[in-house]
Amino acid sequence: MADLVSHPDEVRVVSKRFGKGAADIETYLKLEGYQAVQKALKMQPDEIINEVKTSSLRGRGGAGFPTGMKWSFVPKESAKPKYILVNGDESEPGTCKDRLILEHDPHAVIEGVMIAGLAVGAQKGFIYIRGEYRYLVDIMRKAITEAYAKGYLGKNIFGSGKDFDVYWHTGAGAYEVGEESALMESLEGKRGIPRIRPPFPAVVGLWGGPTVINNVESIASVPHIMMMGGQKFADLGPPKNGGTRLFCLSGHVNKPGVYELPLGYPMKKLIYEVGGGIPNGRKLKAVVPGGSSTFLLTAEEADGINCDFDSFAKRGEFLGSGGVVVLDDQTCMVKFALRVMKFYQHESCGWCIPCREGTDWLKKTLTRFHAGGGLKKDIDNIKYLAQNMLGRTFCPLGDAAAIPTMSIVDKWRSEFEAHLEGKPCPFDPNAKITELPVLTH
Amino acid sequence: MVISDKLDAFFTDKMKEYPTKRSFLVPMLLYSQDEVGYISDDVIAHLAKKTELTELEVRNVVSYYSMLRTQPIGKFNVQVCTNISCMLRGADDLYEHCKKTLGIGHKGTTADGVFSLEEVECIGACSWAPAVQVNYDFHENLTPDKMNAVLDNYRKRTKQ
Ligand SMILES: Cc1cc2nc3c(=O)[nH]c(=O)nc-3n(C[C@H](O)[C@H](O)[C@H](O)COP(=O)(O)O)c2cc1C
Ligand code: SF4
Ligand code: FES
Repeated sequence: MADLVSHPDEVRVVSKRFGKGAADIETYLKLEGYQAVQKALKMQPDEIINEVKTSSLRGRGGAGFPTGMKWSFVPKESAKPKYILVNGDESEPGTCKDRLILEHDPHAVIEGVMIAGLAVGAQKGFIYIRGEYRYLVDIMRKAITEAYAKGYLGKNIFGSGKDFDVYWHTGAGAYEVGEESALMESLEGKRGIPRIRPPFPAVVGLWGGPTVINNVESIASVPHIMMMGGQKFADLGPPKNGGTRLFCLSGHVNKPGVYELPLGYPMKKLIYEVGGGIPNGRKLKAVVPGGSSTFLLTAEEADGINCDFDSFAKRGEFLGSGGVVVLDDQTCMVKFALRVMKFYQHESCGWCIPCREGTDWLKKTLTRFHAGGGLKKDIDNIKYLAQNMLGRTFCPLGDAAAIPTMSIVDKWRSEFEAHLEGKPCPFDPNAKITELPVLTH
Repeated sequence: MVISDKLDAFFTDKMKEYPTKRSFLVPMLLYSQDEVGYISDDVIAHLAKKTELTELEVRNVVSYYSMLRTQPIGKFNVQVCTNISCMLRGADDLYEHCKKTLGIGHKGTTADGVFSLEEVECIGACSWAPAVQVNYDFHENLTPDKMNAVLDNYRKRTKQ
């Protein structure tokens, strides 16, 4: 059970029931539980979608796509059943927030699925939780059973004449399964190899039926939007960036933890006030703003940016998944780039050549480079390889591997240069150059 | 029976929630592994029959997922995350410490069959780094000293 933290600047919407025992249905009911879905049952599907559009809720899984718009892509009529699929695969390095929602407020996820179902005309929802989160699977199983026992799920929910079923499902270890089309493959009992789009899941998804796929936090926001009204939710953040977000602060900060703050919160305050600054009197070097797939920020950039989707989009960069990883001035950026690439190389599903070969090649090059066997031309080569993965793959994992790599070469080139000519890593007092020969051509 | 009747009946029930027979395959593999210890040939044959797939089709799925294994391992699988947030807070030293203490490397098992060790990718405990999962249990904010206590606790459990 992960520790909870708090800070006076927090605005608790999604996390308001954290630590209150709301995983138990009786407690959840005392805390406004299952009222939002009853409200939604009295509304027309279009009204629900419009309320979510008004809220300007954007996907919390990483891409920040407007949720209301995503729902509106689902065709009204469909010969095949429609589905809601909750993405609880949470595996983006730096991200550990869906875990808290599933632990402390599982019924809010169930309720969110039901409301999404009413909005798009689906009668079934699946909640997919990564295999490593077994204790959360158990919590969710119990929550679903309780909801059925109360008659909130199943036939004729709340006397509306409508039926709704929610099921749990679990993975077995795979980052790539968090990608929406691979997620569907996995739920269908297959290897997590993505699907080519179009068709998009909203039109052809699970077992060929129209499917809405949303992150746990996005779905858990929905009941609150219904209760407080879309406009009030929207007003918490800057225009087009409604609501709050669970920021997972980690790395070199004094007070790591998951904090709920309004979108648009300044990164500088997040690190120095909420996070309590950098330990050991060190200085900030870099920030991973939203999981390992995002462009890294330099200390100067982090000082001036606000944490909302559009402030990042303006720079051609991404806010990402909420995983804010802080790096102090004693961190070796070459080593960091290597660890990130090792991850993507391990997780590549191997379907497309730029991703499969690119991640492997980059991992090998960065390993050699960090060990002191780098050549000057490698620096540009690393960037060139990464650039050639970008936009040339079937799913965005190739981009996810390329993006941090390119930004590290661009923004910390001098650190690559410091490793040249057999020089040991400047940040590792024990670094030895014994592993690999220095290439001379 | 390869797996217990209880588990098998649970699978049969769950499979009804999906429009195709194979849909529940990934969880079935994981839950079978929890009971048997690994994905044995018998487990594959059993689940292939249950889902009306060929054994090869099931093997194809098994090989994709990193938690699934086709060999038995130690009673307690010590999974050390060395991904970015953990690395920044000392995961490399922690992993080295585990290697030395247990006398095994990545995916190794101690001679007494009590521990296995694995270096893993992010386990969703980044804000409580460095983190380790032993089987399904999370251990967070670790140091080598705290890790010793964790290992001792598991060792004690085998002696009871
Ligand atoms: C390689 C890869 C991994 C992903 N992992 C996750 C994940 O673990 N959780 C998640 O919600 N979204 C993940 N996504 C994003 C999903 O594809 C999808 O956009 C998201 O679940 C949609 O939900 P949202 O609109 O509510 O954010 C991943 C995407 C890629 C390309
Ligand atoms: S980009 Fe990588 S993970 Fe995505 S489909 Fe291609 S090989 Fe697979
Ligand atoms: S990086 Fe180790 S738990 Fe996320």
